[in-house]
This record gives sequence, structure tokens and C-alpha cells, in this order.
Amino acid sequence: MALELHPLEQFVIKPIVPLHIGKIDISFTNSALLMTIAVLLATVIVVIGTRREELVPGRVQSLGELAYEFIGNMIDDTVGTDGQRYFPFVFTLFMFILFGNMLGLIPYGYTFTGQIIVTFAMAAVVFVGVTLIGIWRHGWHFLSFFVPHGVPIVLLVLLVPIELLSYLIRPFTLSIRLFANMLAGHTMLAIFGGFAASIGILGLLPLGLDVLIFFLELLVAVLQAYVFTILTCLYLNDAINLH
Amino acid sequence: MDEREARASLKELGERLAKARGGLPPKLAPRGAPPTQDALAFGLRIGLELVVAVVVSVAIGWAIDRWLGTKPAAMVVMFFLGIAAGMWNVYRAVTGMGMKVGARGGKADATGDDEDED
Repeated sequence: MALELHPLEQFVIKPIVPLHIGKIDISFTNSALLMTIAVLLATVIVVIGTRREELVPGRVQSLGELAYEFIGNMIDDTVGTDGQRYFPFVFTLFMFILFGNMLGLIPYGYTFTGQIIVTFAMAAVVFVGVTLIGIWRHGWHFLSFFVPHGVPIVLLVLLVPIELLSYLIRPFTLSIRLFANMLAGHTMLAIFGGFAASIGILGLLPLGLDVLIFFLELLVAVLQAYVFTILTCLYLNDAINLH
Repeated sequence: MDEREARASLKELGERLAKARGGLPPKLAPRGAPPTQDALAFGLRIGLELVVAVVVSVAIGWAIDRWLGTKPAAMVVMFFLGIAAGMWNVYRAVTGMGMKVGARGGKADATGDDEDED
């Protein structure tokens, strides 16, 4: 029996409601569906969690409070209280990525954070936004960001391009990190799942492995959302506290 | 409560907190982050820096070459700059110099001159 493995099939975007405006395809896809669910779920948790403010929180309320305090403390620790102004953005970003990662782990679901264009769009928004915040708060002084302190002028010729480059690289590392982790994890799950399905009784072994990998993926899902968010905070810190 | 009021009350709360912490500004209050989680997240963060730096730099160099017709000078230069930038990013992350491009302020942060400039 030939092994039929299509581990990457899970990332195919399928239109659910085909929509076209002229030549532009704006179909409502499985990816869009999962994004909608992620946004709705995150909204529900926060809205229901804050509807009745009990002194002893219930399940939903403590979920909401946990997430809120987690991001609030993260901003305080990395940016300082000044950064709380950007709390809504950071919180939204975190919840969206977290729910995207988590929903992707449900069988027959779809992992939109495993699409480079999705993660890159988010990283690009962070990059452009943070740069604009830096320019808005510091004006031309922001450019001093790329000039290392106390370095001879001769070396600056070399160092300024390096600084500039390492700044430009940020959105790429930010997006590829999340995308690659999701892609690799889910591909691995699918490959072992494929083995388990096709080799009969021996398949218990890859199945067991799949269970373990699944737990690992749960960890990665949360951790990658955390990493994306904390890096956003650190970039924000750079832009706000220039010195 | 409108935003200005909220901010004023936050500021007041911050001052009270700072007083309670013994005069230190809130940023410098001792904070215990969960070490294992942080270390794991940190490790996952570093992995890509080197590779992506080189790839992106070479791509930029290739684009410059195409634009100016200087094949392959810009690509070669950008390749080495990319390696440098990647290492620089990793070094900065590892030494924890506040992740700052410009690499200053490690000391300034530690002494806590928390200037508000806007």
C-alpha cells in the first residue's frame, strides 16, 4: 500500500463564499472564517468576562482578567507606564495571534498564522506603526537612533548601515518566526498523523508521538503569541524611550 | 471617565505606588519574571536572527544591483553587512542591552533617569 501523505494540504486556502469585484478575488475563505471566529471568541471572552464584575471571578472573567493583566504587566515591564497608551493595540494583537494559534490546533480547523502573508501583514503594521510613533514623538531626533553613541566618525560609515539594516530586518524576523513555527508544527502533526492512519496496528506508535507533539504545539502556540507580543513591546520601547 | 481624567488618576496612582516602593520609579521596582518561560521564549526568539538577516540583506543588495546595474557589487557588500547586522542583533539580544538600535542607554536605564520627552 502506498503511503499517501499530504501534510501541506491543510494550508490550502479554500473559498467558502466566492466573491469577486472586477478582477480582485475577495472570497470569504476558510482562513477568513477562522479569523472571524478568533475575533469573535476573543471579544466574547473580554465582553462576557467584564459584564458582571465579581469580586471572586468566574471562569470566563478570570480568563479575561488573566489576559488583561498579562499584557498590562508586559507593557509596564518593557515600555513603562508611558506605553499603556498602546495597550489596546498590543492586547488585540496578542489575543488575535493566540486564538489563531489555538484554533489551528483543533482538527479540521485552519491555522491562519501559518500563512506568511498574514504574519507579515501584522509585522508590517507593527514596524510601520512603531516607526511612525518614534518619528511623531521625537521628530528628526529619531534618526539619532541609528547612530551609535561614542563611536569615532570613521567607524560610523560602517556602523550606521549595519544599524539601519538590523532595524529593517525586524519585520522579517518577527513574521517568519511565527509563520515558520506554525508551519513546521502542523506539518509534523500531519505527517505523523498520516503514518498512523496508513500502517495499521503499528500506527499506534506515531499516534502516541502525535499526542506528545500536540502538547508541544499547545506550548508553542502560547509561546509564539507571547514572543510576537513582547517583541512588539520592545520595539515600542525603542521608539518611545529613545535614550 | 474620559481619557484625560483616567490618565491623571493613573499618574496619581503611579506616584503613590512609587512612594510605596521606596522612591524608586515604577520601572525599576524589582520584578521577578518567571525564569523558565522567559528563557524558552528567549531561545525561540534568537534562532532566526542570523539567517533572516543575511537573506534579507542579500535580497536588498540584489534589488539595488538591479536598480543601479552594478551587479554584483551591492549584493556582495550587503551580504557582509547582513552577517554583521545579524550578529549584532543576536549580540544585542543576548547581552540584553535593552534591544536598542543605537546600543546606548544600558547604563542610563540602570541609573533610572526616566526623562519624559514630548
